[in-house]
Amino acid sequence: MVLRTNIDAKILIQLLYQMKRIRAVEETIAERYNEWKMRCPTHLCTGQEAVSAGVCAVLRKDDFVVSTHRAHGHYLAKGGDLKRMIAEIYGKAAGCSSGKGGSMHLIDKSVGFMGSTSIVGGTIPVGTGLGFSILLNGTDQISCVFFGDGATEEGVFYESINFAILKKLPVLYICENNLYSVYSPLCVRQPAERSISKMVSSLGIASDSGDGNDATEVYTKVINAVEHIRQGKGPFLLEFATYRWREHCGPNFDNDIGYRTEEEYLCWKKKDPIMLLENEMKNRDVFNPGEVQRVDSLIESEVHEAFSFAESSPFPSQDEAFIQLFKE
Amino acid sequence: MARNLQFGKAINEALFIAMEKEHKIITFGLGVDDPKRIFGTTAGLKEKFGSYRVFDMPVSENAMTGIAIGASLNGIRPVMTHQRLDFFLLTMDQLVNNAAKWHYMFGGKSSVPITIRLILGRGWGQGPQHSQSLQSWFAHIPGLKVVMPATAYDAKGLLLSAIFDDNPVIYLEHRWLHNLEGEVPEGDYRVPIGKANVLKTGNDLTIVSLSYMTIEALHAIEILEKQGVHCELIDLRTVNPIDWETIFKSVGKTGRLIALDTATETLSIAGEIVAKVSMEMFGKLKGAPTRIALPDFPTPTSPSLTDKYYKRAEDIVHTAGKMLGRKLDVQEILDSRKSPHDVPGDWFKGPF
Repeated sequence: MVLRTNIDAKILIQLLYQMKRIRAVEETIAERYNEWKMRCPTHLCTGQEAVSAGVCAVLRKDDFVVSTHRAHGHYLAKGGDLKRMIAEIYGKAAGCSSGKGGSMHLIDKSVGFMGSTSIVGGTIPVGTGLGFSILLNGTDQISCVFFGDGATEEGVFYESINFAILKKLPVLYICENNLYSVYSPLCVRQPAERSISKMVSSLGIASDSGDGNDATEVYTKVINAVEHIRQGKGPFLLEFATYRWREHCGPNFDNDIGYRTEEEYLCWKKKDPIMLLENEMKNRDVFNPGEVQRVDSLIESEVHEAFSFAESSPFPSQDEAFIQLFKE
Repeated sequence: MARNLQFGKAINEALFIAMEKEHKIITFGLGVDDPKRIFGTTAGLKEKFGSYRVFDMPVSENAMTGIAIGASLNGIRPVMTHQRLDFFLLTMDQLVNNAAKWHYMFGGKSSVPITIRLILGRGWGQGPQHSQSLQSWFAHIPGLKVVMPATAYDAKGLLLSAIFDDNPVIYLEHRWLHNLEGEVPEGDYRVPIGKANVLKTGNDLTIVSLSYMTIEALHAIEILEKQGVHCELIDLRTVNPIDWETIFKSVGKTGRLIALDTATETLSIAGEIVAKVSMEMFGKLKGAPTRIALPDFPTPTSPSLTDKYYKRAEDIVHTAGKMLGRKLDVQEILDSRKSPHDVPGDWFKGPF
């Protein structure tokens, strides 16, 4: 069992940097969305950065990741190309999916990010299949699947987990439980007393849960899960409680439309994952204000550069819509 | 060297050749290694290639399609099998939203080289949930290739092409063809996807057919020829993409078209063929083209209800007569029938 107090200061800085970078990207998208240049739905993960950062800090570059409609954080933390992601959201030819996918369909195979898709639960079996391919190929990679609480209501979730257990697949299932599926709260979708991680453990999968706003807790729990998987003991599911600050889809805050309360939002905002980690670093005396400032300005210029790149890149020609139906 | 082989055995041979050639090919599906071996089509595979590559699966059609997709993204080539097409409907999400879109929606960065064998059929009381011919559903989705062999030769050659194709291919095999014998070369050969086959040449009428209906068409053509009517028979082989060039060329010659289908009539592949030919070749047509398909009803179970429901060679002859303004005789077909209408032949004793 890895203890959070054993985490190297370098890792803490890495986690902080990663979360700040994701935050800056998401908030810049929110800030500029109304310019009408990003003409596709975007699902921002502001507030949920700790899961992306904590999970991907443990994964190797050659491990696989698949994700959902809310994938920006996962993509960036896994090492996906920021410029190509923003260009994709702008619908440009230089986008990671050549302008055919948009915010919900990100890919960067060079870092093992194998794709994100927009149907709830849709990548759960795909990530499981990647795990199966690892088994067949005899390599020691891991396949990691990110999904939300809503996806655990889909049949394909149970079908996939059943197969993963049956074949002892090297799959890490990460459930980001942010309490909402669009505007439907968990209480209208699942019984109040349920714990997703406990429920699935009765299927036979090793599982655990934790505070998804606490990056070091995420990190330590993923270290343990990944060790379990790499030892050939089969799949592992981790459920992390977290919260999205902004609306389901789009750049705004939506606490006023009646499906959740301002109080609830403020309560979660007090658990800002970036602030929590900074406090922890201060407690451990590894917080260096000068260093953090330096990182902040690096991030600012990197994000600025990515948006400039996206804005100045050309659109694909209209004929591009009519190619790539099949691989030739 | 060419020799005669049954359609089902040709499928089995294709699987052996493919799996021997490429160790990344796996075969799975409910019953793939059970005692019946998918009507014998997967016989011997597990013994030869082991249970890592040939295996039975959980009753989880949707997930297993997604798993095939995921595995294919990392170099595996899965061949998945369902004993009835109808069960595969549980997997439309993974098929339509993922398999069909993956290559396009990621700008060509990945592709999904999976093959899905679906068995369809008719007769013997298969009823509403065991006999559906939903090829137009699949063919309607951009990004899916859909093939429907009618001969043993094509069964093998098209399956090999499907397995080695870098895209998702739906391989629809008709149960009534499994025991049909035909010339099948040994070794690896490929029937190109997207190319129709002109099985008969003639100047009076073009029949465009697919899958089992091609066999009914061959019976009809034999009788028509004796009465001086010479049909051109185009076996489509692939319903997505359709080989329009071959169809247009034939209709340009004959000016008449009957399109056959194993599916219900409305919005069928046959309907698409009639539509496209009408649009593109209106000036060359000597009369209205037509289609022969099933009524727009679920398939009933009782043999007394399927008697008129399924279409056969005599329906083709009648329709040809109507188009040509001649009364044609079907008695010879009726007299030649040795088995009831709801079985493919004397050999068939049920149950499925």
